[in-house]
Amino acid sequence: MRPLEYRRAEDPRRAVTAVAGRPGAMFLGAGTNLVDHLKLGVARPDLLVDVSHLPYDKIEPRPGGGLRIGAAVRNSDLAAHPLVRQHYPVLAQALLSGASPQLRNLATTAGNLLQRTRCPYFQDVTTPCNKREPGTGCSALEGYNREHAVLGASEHCVAVHPSDMAVALTVLDAEVRVLGSGGERTIPITELYRLPGDRPDRDTVLKHGDLITAVDLPGLPMAAHSAYRKVRERASYAFALVSVAAAVQVRDGAITDARVAFGGLAHKPWRAYRAEEALRGVRVSAAPGDTLAEATTAAPIAAGGAASTGENAGGTSTVEDLRAAADAELADARPLAHNAFKIPMARNTFVAVLRGLLREEGATR
Amino acid sequence: MRVTFTVNGSRESVDDVWEGESLLYVLRERMGLPGAKNACEQGECGSCTVYLDGAPVCACLVAAGQVEGREVRTVEGLADGGRLDPVQEAFVECGAVQCGFCTPGLIVQTHALLARRPDPSDAEIREALAGNLCRCTGYEKILDAVRLAASRKTGAE
Ligand SMILES: Cc1cc2nc3c(=O)[nH]c(=O)nc-3n(C[C@H](O)[C@H](O)[C@H](O)COP(=O)(O)OP(=O)(O)OC[C@H]3O[C@@H](n4cnc5c(N)ncnc54)[C@H](O)[C@@H]3O)c2cc1C
Ligand code: SF4
Ligand code: FES
Ligand code: FES
Repeated sequence: MRPLEYRRAEDPRRAVTAVAGRPGAMFLGAGTNLVDHLKLGVARPDLLVDVSHLPYDKIEPRPGGGLRIGAAVRNSDLAAHPLVRQHYPVLAQALLSGASPQLRNLATTAGNLLQRTRCPYFQDVTTPCNKREPGTGCSALEGYNREHAVLGASEHCVAVHPSDMAVALTVLDAEVRVLGSGGERTIPITELYRLPGDRPDRDTVLKHGDLITAVDLPGLPMAAHSAYRKVRERASYAFALVSVAAAVQVRDGAITDARVAFGGLAHKPWRAYRAEEALRGVRVSAAPGDTLAEATTAAPIAAGGAASTGENAGGTSTVEDLRAAADAELADARPLAHNAFKIPMARNTFVAVLRGLLREEGATR
Repeated sequence: MRVTFTVNGSRESVDDVWEGESLLYVLRERMGLPGAKNACEQGECGSCTVYLDGAPVCACLVAAGQVEGREVRTVEGLADGGRLDPVQEAFVECGAVQCGFCTPGLIVQTHALLARRPDPSDAEIREALAGNLCRCTGYEKILDAVRLAASRKTGAE
């Protein structure tokens, strides 16, 4: 049995000092990822500093709008919170699409953000993996890579980030509050995660000993019109092959603002800035009988998308414009041997989520 | 290390626990409580479901040290003396048990569901039990058992 020390942190600063000063030390949230990795031998810490009892278990409105979510808040409590459901439905939906009730009752906000990839080779210590053991090679590159990345990957690692919650937080422009040896700082979630490059062992920009204390959500009225959709191998309890988080704002029959992020496509939640740019100004034809009115959020997503009839100013239909926006984002996608299906799947999911939101917008106006 | 926590209402201490071992291992191998089952050990099947501070969790992914001072309730703690809990009775009566490996986890999870929602819809039952896998029954009889337990609970109130 490897020697392993367990300590329950009572003070944040001392927890930081304890971990920062010892290379083999790790923070422990609920353990749903880390305890698994201890057993598999993927993580081999010599000290666990349990930070799940620190006073970070609250969800509080922030002065000036928005919410502060404590790092130790359980995923189940966050998903059920009335302010989250009302103002940030995308976040509640993303959380509820993840794991199982028994796991959500345990999982913490910070642990969810920092959970590691589900790449099967990463979890199997008998196979080479640059993320687990830098310099050994990437088994997925020429191996079974159906679940892997199509955007932003490198020859050193093609893994995807598994968190649903992080994809929702990415469209919401959340900020992650961190306590490190040098004091407190705030990192926009869009800057928290790294692309693999030649250092796939590093998932984020955090340094050893950096403690996540909270996640701040900005006040964002358009987030009330937001949604998350996840495509996976079965209806429940599986990681995303592709997911889309989106929020839109419509004024006078046109999209004035849109935010979109993809999950399952890259080493980090993929904020779709190019697609957002292309969406601004798209005219929304919401007359009964047109393509948007037909779309239901439960509609199956057929390859190639549904046919469209409603015409837009430029002679294109709204659905064609949505598809073009998705294509703008996915133009640089590079499939591996077994995951080319993810590109049309991402595009179709994007169109389906936006159609659903636009239809809702039409219905509420 | 020594770990002290409450199990099914009584305070217990266990010695010589390895810090990295799971609550499930402590319950089964060190405390003689084999009700919660060890199937996948990875959070994927729900057969190890126990209450931790009142919420059902996968005991296989909780490190032993984390339960220090906390409260655990296992399937062994659901019966009231010699009398089975209505959820247990319903599982027996509906034939929702074949090999029985998934049963303790399903019973704890159903118990928690009905405490929160005495009259759940089928969709709510499915969602609540999504983390409990059964290889034998095909789930239909399990759904029957949950509905029966719910009807008895709401009928009794
Ligand atoms: C069977 C199964 C299915 C799952 N399905 C999904 C799914 O569909 N979607 C999904 O999104 N997730 C899924 N998950 C993953 C689950 O959401 C994560 O395991 C969970 O969110 C991790 O949270 P935790 O508190 O248990 O983290 P831990 O396991 O305790 O920690 C994870 C990492 O975070 C670090 N850490 C924890 N807290 C802090 C802190 N405050 N500051 C700095 N570092 C910290 C730890 O050192 C560790 O490296 C699944 C898990 C399992 C086992
Ligand atoms: S994709 Fe990344 S995590 Fe998977 S084997 Fe390659 S290096 Fe490891
Ligand atoms: S043994 Fe814990 S979930 Fe399977
Ligand atoms: S009865 Fe055998 S696994 Fe469910």
